Amino acid sequence: MSLQQYVENQPLLQVQNVSKRFGGLLAVAEVSFDLPQGQILGLIGPNGAGKTTLFNVITGVYTPTEGHVLFRGVDVSGWPPYNVVRLGLARTHQIVRPLNDLTVLENVMAGACYGYAQLPLREAREVALEVMEFLGLADRRDMLAGSLNVAQKKRLELARALASRPRLLLLDEVLAGLNPTEIAEMVEVVHKIREQGVTIFIIEHVMHALMNVSDRVIVLDYGRLIAEGTPDEIANNPQVIEAYLGDPKLAEKLLSGEEEDV
Amino acid sequence: MNSWKYPAFWIALVLLLIGGFLPWVTGSRTTRETMFLILLSVALASSLNILLGYAGYVSFGHIVFFGLGGYVGIYLISRLGWPLSLATVAGGLMAALLALLLGLAILRLRGAYFALATIGVNEAVRTFINNFQPFGGPIGMELDFSVYQQYGGAANMQWLTYWAVFLLTVAVVIFSYGLKFSRFGLGLMAIREDEDAAMVMGVRTPSAKTIAYVLSAIVPGMLGVLFFFRNSSVEPHEAFRLHRSIEMIVMVMLGGQGTVLGPLFGAAAYESIRSYLLTSPLFKDLQLAIAGLLLLLIVLFVPSGVVGWLRSRFRKLWRVLE
Ligand SMILES: Nc1ncnc2c1ncn2[C@@H]1O[C@H](COP(=O)(O)OP(=O)(O)OP(=O)(O)O)[C@@H](O)[C@H]1O
Ligand SMILES: [Mg+2]
Repeated sequence: MSLQQYVENQPLLQVQNVSKRFGGLLAVAEVSFDLPQGQILGLIGPNGAGKTTLFNVITGVYTPTEGHVLFRGVDVSGWPPYNVVRLGLARTHQIVRPLNDLTVLENVMAGACYGYAQLPLREAREVALEVMEFLGLADRRDMLAGSLNVAQKKRLELARALASRPRLLLLDEVLAGLNPTEIAEMVEVVHKIREQGVTIFIIEHVMHALMNVSDRVIVLDYGRLIAEGTPDEIANNPQVIEAYLGDPKLAEKLLSGEEEDV
Repeated sequence: MNSWKYPAFWIALVLLLIGGFLPWVTGSRTTRETMFLILLSVALASSLNILLGYAGYVSFGHIVFFGLGGYVGIYLISRLGWPLSLATVAGGLMAALLALLLGLAILRLRGAYFALATIGVNEAVRTFINNFQPFGGPIGMELDFSVYQQYGGAANMQWLTYWAVFLLTVAVVIFSYGLKFSRFGLGLMAIREDEDAAMVMGVRTPSAKTIAYVLSAIVPGMLGVLFFFRNSSVEPHEAFRLHRSIEMIVMVMLGGQGTVLGPLFGAAAYESIRSYLLTSPLFKDLQLAIAGLLLLLIVLFVPSGVVGWLRSRFRKLWRVLE
């Protein structure tokens, strides 16, 4: 087996026994899992379960207190984010972080210039326009990012991440705060992104949507990984239902999609 | 992106050319001296704008590069007999070197901490030079007037340095315009808007900030050589005046940080106000207080400066007034 093949056969992302501590709080506790190429992996868990913290550890925003993160077979634990993303990773933020005083186009171009794609300005512009077209942001290109509404800012986050042409895309609650039509559109978008060969790791509170897009789901509770399986297995796992909501009836209702948001 | 298409570039260039050639057309020495100070300020403010306006880092001690350049230049010319041209380049390089070392050391600090550190740097360099005998210690250094002979006498030298400053001003304005529309410039502006997000987008923030700092230091270093050569002497108190740093910030903020035209307008306006105040018996001693007050008013009421205000007030001007 050549080195190339070896690298390709590795899971794209390996999280090995990762913990992250903030003072006395263990936000992520001994979490391990693999994410193979081409999958959509869902991550659920109650508020404060450590989901965003896990994303921050994977992207290099935080150094893990313990454990390792391997991306494309490379141990990236402790790397600064700008080196991690250059291996082919991009993320969106739960709390959107637009570059307010730059235009929508400039925001997306920055993603294409500096992320995995590392494009020169002119090509970055082409790619940015393409991605903006794909996400329905094309007619806002010259608006200042700061003047977009929440749904548009979420799209901008996604556009900026996509423009870097990542191998692995981390989505942190891209559906939160969207109305049902917008959610349906966004789910459609996620499917299309996967079709382009991008592996996706997605945090979501909008349950039925997450169950709909994920191949596999993992569940965090108080920083610990308490379950892992197909959406069906997770939906019927009493431990998950118990831990996740403390109220099995409400949980069932949620998972069947009768309620939109938690 | 082809930046030459944008009108702001031509507006800036035409204004500079008109202003720059004014003394030559009128032949008036007073006009030349006024324009000299204005051009000097435009170049200083435009340089600072690369750090302050593009990368969003406030340097309260930027005059340190001007002062250091002056010292290096005068030393090379008076003690080692270097020609002005080479000394000017050396002054710029020394300023760049200082910025590089400082950048590696203090650019990990953010916001107010960085600003405070830059004040410390200015004071530290001044104290050092105050005690550095090769540079004349507290007395500084003087040029022998005979040096001017090589440049066609004192009168000619004044024109020569005027044109040199003019050229540098044009160069720094063109450069900062090109930078604004470059890939690197986009990375700097991403840092300004949200440094953490920029890192996650892949911007190598430590090196980008350091390069911006170095770029913003070169021209002030070169200007220092020209200014103090013309002045025929340099001393610590004059080279490292903290209030000149603050005035530079006022100029950038008044015009509008992050735009190319902002520092140009801001510097011209501020210099005009200042020269008026200096000649008015009432305000003569208050110019620094007025600079402070002006800064306060800008920060409170027009934080994006005059150009920034015009741009957001009249959206059609957005692309015109870069
Ligand atoms: N920088 C930090 N410093 C200290 N504590 C933090 C920090 N970031 C997160 N925490 C804490 O870590 C825990 C996990 O937070 P995290 O944001 O990862 O949760 P989450 O699962 O994303 O929740 P939500 O669903 O509300 O987004 C919380 O108790 C939070 O207060
Ligand atoms: Mg979260």
